[in-house]
Amino acid sequence: MTETQTALDRVTRVPGVRGALVIAAADGLVVAEQLMEDVDGQAVAALAGSLVLRLARTAESAGLGRPRFLHLRGDAGSVLAAPGADDLVLVAVVGPDANLGLARLELLEAAGRLA
Amino acid sequence: MTDDIRALTARLAEEPGSLAFLELAEALRRRGQLDAAYKVARGGLTRYPGLADAHDLMARVLSDQGDLAGAFDSWASALQLDPMRTSALKGIAFLYFKAGDPAAALAHLERALEVDPDDVSVRQAIGRVSGDVRRGGATASQTSEPPTGPTAFEPPESPPAPGPAAPVPQAPGPFDAVDGDRSGLLLVDAHGLRLAGRLRGADGDAAGDRVAAQLAGVSREAARATRLLGLGAWHAIAVESPDGHLVLTQASAETIVLAARDPSLPLGRVSMLADRAARSARTWLEAQG
Repeated sequence: MTETQTALDRVTRVPGVRGALVIAAADGLVVAEQLMEDVDGQAVAALAGSLVLRLARTAESAGLGRPRFLHLRGDAGSVLAAPGADDLVLVAVVGPDANLGLARLELLEAAGRLA
Repeated sequence: MTDDIRALTARLAEEPGSLAFLELAEALRRRGQLDAAYKVARGGLTRYPGLADAHDLMARVLSDQGDLAGAFDSWASALQLDPMRTSALKGIAFLYFKAGDPAAALAHLERALEVDPDDVSVRQAIGRVSGDVRRGGATASQTSEPPTGPTAFEPPESPPAPGPAAPVPQAPGPFDAVDGDRSGLLLVDAHGLRLAGRLRGADGDAAGDRVAAQLAGVSREAARATRLLGLGAWHAIAVESPDGHLVLTQASAETIVLAARDPSLPLGRVSMLADRAARSARTWLEAQG
């Protein structure tokens, strides 16, 4: 199993996670995915990629450095993202009852292994 | 140098990345110091090429300097960025009028009136220009008599610049209801303009305007993402970075609040701070009408 598949496996094992994928932030394309049927990977990649880039510019403008974790919270769930090396970003879509703390730790750990 | 220009110059020197250049250049223009106004406007435009206000300001300065082609280009740029900008529509109408094309001037004035039906100056200008169109296009530039009187068609003016600093009571701010340290809080509109608050960058310089500009449209983008992914309405975005955390949350449909803190404050606490700041800003925005 590749590092990428291992990363996706670890994240999707967290209760409440509906899917995870690795995207290339610059072009918003899916590199690898492990998603439930109702999650549109291409939409997640495009939307998350754009937001991650914009928020990275915002954080850097504010002198905070390159983000290591991002959380977009909605009424019925969240998008979590952890940038890794080489413009890759590990993204997870989680339901409203997910264990966000555990999901965050798994994403940070797994994103550190992406290459 | 008057007090207001001195104060604005000092503010711009203290915060070179701020939008103080808009007020300073306008104040200089009103005093007839057109070269100085041009330099300040040019500097601001270099920093904020996507800001319609900056192009509008430059157009007024160039128009006063007699560079009507330059003024036209600047107002056209302002309109590209903000098609509903009545000051740019009026400016272009004025230039067409000066160039002897009252029909084109009238078309732009009518567009301005559609955007702002309550603008009395547009109605007056339409009255004046309509007369010229009916008379077959004789304009101010073609006749020896310049237009005078209350209905004369003049270039657009910006809202009156603030007067010299007077000892007025401090107006309540949007974050007044937030206890403790209010630095690192920003209120930003949908166009990326800072409405209130301050933020310091890594090197200690003022970063509020720069950060606000990055946030133009972020609310729309977040709303689109959560909607398309079936996550409902968006509430907040939290960003964790090595040198600090920031949280964005909506204060109203058109504004967002940013709260930034150093990493010693856990992200969850920064989220709570952002929620309190957004509630305070919401109350303030409602009071502004």
